[in-house]
Amino acid sequence: MREDLLADLRAMWRIRAFEEKAQALCDSGEIRGSVHLCIGQEAGPVGACDALEGSDALFATYRGHGWAIARGAPLRPLMAELLGRATGVNGGRGGSAYLSAPEHGFHGENSIVGAGAPIAVGAALAGRYDGTHRVAMTVFGDGAMNQGSVHEAMNFAAAARLPVLFLCENNRWSELTPIRETVHNETLTDRPAALGMPAVRIDGNNPAVVRETVSDLVEAAREGGGPAFVELSTQRLVGHYVGDPQLYRTREELAADREREPIAVAVRRLAEAGVDEGEIEEARSSAFAEVERAVQDALADPPASRGSVREHIYA
Amino acid sequence: MPDDEIIKVNYSGAVNAALRRVLAEVPQTLLYGEDVAKPGGVHGVTKGLWKEFGERVFDTPISESAILGSAVGAAMMGRRPIVEIMWADFFLVALDQMINQAANVRYVSGGRLTAPLVVRTQQGNSPGACAQHSQNLEALFLHVPGLRVAMPSTPQDAYDTMVSAVYCDDPVVVFDNRTLYFGEKQEIVTGRPPAPVGGSLRRRSGSAATVVTWGAITHRVLTAADRLAERGVRVTVIELPWLNPFDGDAVIDSVSRTDGRLAVVHEANVTAGFGAEVVARVAEAGVLRGRPVRIGVPDSRIPASPELAAALIPDVDRITMEVGRLAGE
Repeated sequence: MREDLLADLRAMWRIRAFEEKAQALCDSGEIRGSVHLCIGQEAGPVGACDALEGSDALFATYRGHGWAIARGAPLRPLMAELLGRATGVNGGRGGSAYLSAPEHGFHGENSIVGAGAPIAVGAALAGRYDGTHRVAMTVFGDGAMNQGSVHEAMNFAAAARLPVLFLCENNRWSELTPIRETVHNETLTDRPAALGMPAVRIDGNNPAVVRETVSDLVEAAREGGGPAFVELSTQRLVGHYVGDPQLYRTREELAADREREPIAVAVRRLAEAGVDEGEIEEARSSAFAEVERAVQDALADPPASRGSVREHIYA
Repeated sequence: MPDDEIIKVNYSGAVNAALRRVLAEVPQTLLYGEDVAKPGGVHGVTKGLWKEFGERVFDTPISESAILGSAVGAAMMGRRPIVEIMWADFFLVALDQMINQAANVRYVSGGRLTAPLVVRTQQGNSPGACAQHSQNLEALFLHVPGLRVAMPSTPQDAYDTMVSAVYCDDPVVVFDNRTLYFGEKQEIVTGRPPAPVGGSLRRRSGSAATVVTWGAITHRVLTAADRLAERGVRVTVIELPWLNPFDGDAVIDSVSRTDGRLAVVHEANVTAGFGAEVVARVAEAGVLRGRPVRIGVPDSRIPASPELAAALIPDVDRITMEVGRLAGE
């Protein structure tokens, strides 16, 4: 347990370090434009990506840096993409909100709320015909539950019994508005359940719980059981976007969120298990050092060349 | 598939034959949409394909986002989905999946992901069709880099564009016009290798003016051109079965050979229609002399009454008159 928890902590810190660095690079003007960080939500990607195989396909939202990292995309080209460098995963065309790394089974973020869900259904559909029987996972926030595309995708997947895992990161904020104000029934699992799929709400701050739940559902889907829905109860420690003044949020709420966020919880649990403070600190500092190296390398990379700007529009 | 096999089919039969061919010859193809499999499509275009190709042809929920989005995802993973949007007007409930998603996949991934899907749809005005089943929407898609757009008007072109569309590595929208579906049977050649997308067709030749057109209204333009020819006014008619890629060079070349005279005829609204783009391209090339003529629907909603609708859609008389005047009649 101790080693697993430490490994999860390292993986979560890698994402946290990447995100904190991205924030700093936004603040210093090195990264331009809208960036959406997943600080506080690291347990979901760390737990859920372990349930996927290399040939499975993952579709995330614009808050997807953590998912790309957890899927195994290397830090330097991810950071280079945020920095608009030629060496970025998408040569500077995708940016923060549209990262993709298909060779790592990361088939992209999406900056339209809910749009990835039908695309994931198609990836699973393709797997039925190409013989891979790949599982497709689509990740979206609680706000996306109110998009027609998500409902359509869930119904289509259920009707065709396609192996799609619909993963809802419920951080309680639909962009800047609390989910409780935009739905009558806050039990989000009722909707997918009504469409005919297993639907569970779990602690999204515990990577082991996420891993176990998602693994079981992915395996059932892979064996022909059809789609499933998992709601990860989690929280965002930062604004919707970098620069969001969060006028809608109280200090008390934020303080409570800091108590239950996954890294704080993991550190407490390790300390309770008697793990040496130095070992925990080493895990943290090595993650931050790795990210720092990636950032320095990416900053030294050349910018995407203007001459290439119209490439890759048509075949 | 034998080379240069000739079959006799009407327009919908030609689309059906093209779909049968690509389903047989491209194992990655899937054909799906609302009512396309067992019912064979609301206009019967896909009839029989389900029986022949089994589970690769299937019916979906009435969920345009799910149809188009799943086509994007399946195409990203190596399939060649051909999906039907029953009426082009229904595209509008799911444009995100075409414009934000399909058209962006190649670009934002630097070419590492692609979405080679084909969307079949039909549009235009037929007697009694209502306001939400009569629009001509090609200009919406022509404004979007990353999509290819075809609008054939004959059984042969319907066959050829569909085959080329499936072999194209970009997302393609093929607009049929439903008034063409049940036209006369014609002999078409079916065995030829797929042509690359693009190009134009010179349907008539003459030096009095160049008339550029596409889609079902091409037939009215050709009738008008024949009437003018009987009166000794010979015009060149260039049809664009592909609007993207746009064969601007052929149009510019023709206008320069017809004394700088250009008319554009389409069934869509005039304002910001593709006709405006054709005129602008020719003007930019510096070959336009005199006033170009745009003939289309005069920026109206489309009424249900066949009598009222007929007042809007350019007819042969109007096209003959306006092109004749352009040609100096």
